[in-house]
Amino acid sequence: MPEDPNLALDNWAEQTDYKWGFVTDIESETLPPGLNEDTIRGISARKREPEWLLEWRLKAYRHWLTMEEPEWAHFPDHDWRPINYQDISYYSAPKSDDDRPKSLDEVDPKLLETYEKLGIPLEERAALAGVAVDAVFDSVSVATTYKGKLKEAGVIFCPMSEAVHDHPELVKQYLGHIVPPNDNYFAALNSAVFTDGSFVFIPKGVTCPMELSTYFRINALSTGQFERTLIIAEEGASVSYLEGCTAPMRDENQLHAAVVELIALDDANIKYSTIQNWYPGDENGVGGIYNFVTKRGLCEGDRSHISWTQVETGSAITWKYPSCILKGDDSIGEFYSVALTNMKQQADTGTKMIHLGKNTRSNIVSKGISAGNGQNTYRGLVKVRPKATNARNYTQCDSMLMGDRCGAHTFPYIEAENDTAVIEHEASTSKIGDDQIFYLNQRGITPEDAVSMIVNGFCREVLAELPMEFAVEAKKLLEVSLEGSVG
Amino acid sequence: MLEIKNLHASIEDTPILKGINLSIPDGEVHSIMGPNGSGKSTLARVLAGEDVYEVTDGSVIYNGKDLLDMDPDERAREGLFMAFQYPVEIPGVSTKYFLRAAVNAVREHRDLTELDAYEFLKMVKEKAEILDLDTSLLDRSVNEGFSGGEKKRAEIFQMAMLDPGMCVLDETDSGLDIDALKVVSDGVNALRDGTRSFLVITHYQRLLNYIVPDRVHVLMDGRIVETGGRELAIRLEEHGYASIEAASA
Ligand SMILES: Nc1ncnc2c1ncn2[C@@H]1O[C@H](COP(=O)(O)OP(=O)(O)O)[C@@H](O)[C@H]1O
Ligand SMILES: [Mg+2]
Repeated sequence: MPEDPNLALDNWAEQTDYKWGFVTDIESETLPPGLNEDTIRGISARKREPEWLLEWRLKAYRHWLTMEEPEWAHFPDHDWRPINYQDISYYSAPKSDDDRPKSLDEVDPKLLETYEKLGIPLEERAALAGVAVDAVFDSVSVATTYKGKLKEAGVIFCPMSEAVHDHPELVKQYLGHIVPPNDNYFAALNSAVFTDGSFVFIPKGVTCPMELSTYFRINALSTGQFERTLIIAEEGASVSYLEGCTAPMRDENQLHAAVVELIALDDANIKYSTIQNWYPGDENGVGGIYNFVTKRGLCEGDRSHISWTQVETGSAITWKYPSCILKGDDSIGEFYSVALTNMKQQADTGTKMIHLGKNTRSNIVSKGISAGNGQNTYRGLVKVRPKATNARNYTQCDSMLMGDRCGAHTFPYIEAENDTAVIEHEASTSKIGDDQIFYLNQRGITPEDAVSMIVNGFCREVLAELPMEFAVEAKKLLEVSLEGSVG
Repeated sequence: MLEIKNLHASIEDTPILKGINLSIPDGEVHSIMGPNGSGKSTLARVLAGEDVYEVTDGSVIYNGKDLLDMDPDERAREGLFMAFQYPVEIPGVSTKYFLRAAVNAVREHRDLTELDAYEFLKMVKEKAEILDLDTSLLDRSVNEGFSGGEKKRAEIFQMAMLDPGMCVLDETDSGLDIDALKVVSDGVNALRDGTRSFLVITHYQRLLNYIVPDRVHVLMDGRIVETGGRELAIRLEEHGYASIEAASA
């Protein structure tokens, strides 16, 4: 890895020509579809993993076999195409760094146009912002930039597969610590077959000198993506991490089942932001990613702070509940979410805030936007355990509907086992106002721009939580995702 | 030049405008007066292009172009501005951000360069001074939590920023105390430049003491029943709409 970060970025960009939505024509080594113990041994062998990790995977796999695929019953009429786990390939890696993408000719021009509208190619964005990028291209981390600078600060930011070799004691200690392999169906599957992901370790007292960022991309046909991310912030450490996701257009449904674990010790601070733009499928609901992700943060230490921010515009179906376990006294958990569903997309997302320590606080702001035939569900749990005296929660859930074929649903669950808990919940549902659109039109603003302005305004509190340059991207993403839903 | 001919418009199949004829030459200030429910706001909103109204007959030509053929945002970019009687709130959208987008949309249409943040703020400062507007309002969401007076003042401020050729003011005086009324009127008068035209809609003649019109039209039941000079407004104040109703009956 060259030391000059710009050079590194250039090299990386050349290697991958990373743009969203098209199939990169790279020769890759892909395991044949199918899932059994040999598949797992195959993955583990290719990654030259230590014996303990192979055993860990196999145990997860054996447990997974005993579990039932969950079914969310809220949309009985929905067009659920069952996942055949034997049709998925669980490992795909570019054969060589020398392979270059060859042509964009085979790409659907409509899709390219869409992404062009988003502007700002990843590599530029990263360079402009001084962001360190770890790109997970299908299953293997392609490149990690800015390693030198981070190393100086004592920060470890590397692909999970590398961490397994270079920092085995940390991985062994924390992997599965917060999301155990038997936690749920998709977490178990992930534990068995995860291929890569990011590993971040911020030592005691260190504030990470830059935003850390990972881009995930599903490329090869019929591969699933099972990345595994682990972020550890020691006492007084602080880090802001962002992941972006994208995938090319495919007719069939691809599975994305990631696991993200965060752990914050005393006075540590972790901010985790996601911009999720997996392929949503087409107007008829054909294709698109099934995005079934387990994300959980543990506020282990006193006064620790974990904050999730997500902007979810992609995927055919999203089930995702980034959660916080507030174990340390005075710890804080936050969840800021924008979920937009258009066409036949379905998003079922929310959070769980589990209050264990004293004076713990949680804050939830959820903004759901439904357009087309989209269905948007907020599902959240606020749980206050008996020892959590003076716990506080504030939840705000706002839904905006565009047109009359879409839906918004809210399921806030509250379990308070301590009398001192103060839990507040506010919810609203509104239709985007014709009078608002007309007002903006009367000032010369086009209907499309008017709608995106109103939607962005509606999401403002959440977008404000994103790092500046990604907030810009998120706004554009919302615009593009709403295209064609006006009028 | 705005030329309205035989304009008929309905809402949900109920005819509201029943043959309006009105022409406003460049640089003139015309006033429409009329009792509540006579169709004043309807006229303003039909001119601006709100699609709940259906134009069933007639034509509106603005600067030689068919206004009714344009979408509302096109009309605005062509230079038509309406100050709303009840400006709507848009939560989360900062007034400054919105207004810069609006100003640049209009400028692009006129082949003018886009204003960058610095140039825009300079313009804001200039226009705010004329209108005696507290610019901290502009950091808030569009019209959100504004008092009645602040809303009206913000409308006139937007008008100044957008530099329209034809300004329609729908009861800008309603809900204003005398001081606010003066400020708003001064703002409007400052924009009278001999080429820009105004259609000032009001229920009360009070406003016309401050914004002195060239012509006054009385609207009743969707028709203009009388047209005159300034003195017509004063007569209305003295004798009320009933006197005209009686005369035109
Ligand atoms: N949505 C509607 N459906 C039916 N009638 C309406 C609607 N909106 C307004 N009107 C009627 O149109 C007429 C004109 O209203 P308006 O233009 O607001 O009058 P003004 O501004 O002069 O007070 C009134 O009689 C009013 O009741
Ligand atoms: Mg009115």
